[in-house]
Amino acid sequence: MLSRPLWERMVAHCLDGLPLEACGLLAGRPGAEAGSVEVLEAYPARNAAGSARLYTVEPVDLLRADRDAEARGWSLVGVWHSHTHTEAFPSPTDIAQAPDPDWHYVLVSLRDLEPSLRSYRIVGQDVAEEEVLVRGWCSPAR
Amino acid sequence: MAVEVRLPNIFRPVAAGRASVRAEGATVGEVFEDLVRQYPELRASLLTPEGELHRHLNVFVNDDDIRYLGKLDAKVNDEDIVTLMPAVAGGA
Repeated sequence: MLSRPLWERMVAHCLDGLPLEACGLLAGRPGAEAGSVEVLEAYPARNAAGSARLYTVEPVDLLRADRDAEARGWSLVGVWHSHTHTEAFPSPTDIAQAPDPDWHYVLVSLRDLEPSLRSYRIVGQDVAEEEVLVRGWCSPAR
Repeated sequence: MAVEVRLPNIFRPVAAGRASVRAEGATVGEVFEDLVRQYPELRASLLTPEGELHRHLNVFVNDDDIRYLGKLDAKVNDEDIVTLMPAVAGGA
């Protein structure tokens, strides 16, 4: 669950990053349903990899986001990044490098004219898509 | 020197669930040796088999990334905060 301004910030950051992949971090708190999360902040980050096919969240941006989230009583709950050429599904690299099974991994595909935002949980090699609810929109965002 | 080491979620199970632990050393390398003495299961997450800094780990002394402070030779002072964070990376 997230607000429409945060959804727009995430997508806008991905568009701003073109032609390179863009990334950012999500902070929030557990949602009402088991396993769900309420996203309360989205921190755009620099892509230290400077690549159209890879991303690495700039370490200092990661630290700053973590500190800010902690100061506000939240925690980092996930990461988003763009796929500039492919669909919004985790790549083998995304799966291999997913550090935290409790995180939410959000993909924004810019392959088509309309950006597509989807979210996944990644536990080991298992990938499960989860519903993204945008407050103010009555249907899941895709 | 005694420092506070902040652990990311994924390291906490090996430290009885604690978010931060105490460790001693004058450099990050020495702090890591003390951490591994206390929590041997952490070694593979901190260091390569050759004893180098694990490439998927970010380490900060207070607000500074140790990659710019000499990596494992980075000095620490009493009551510094050493923050460990796994690299967040991937790609299409």
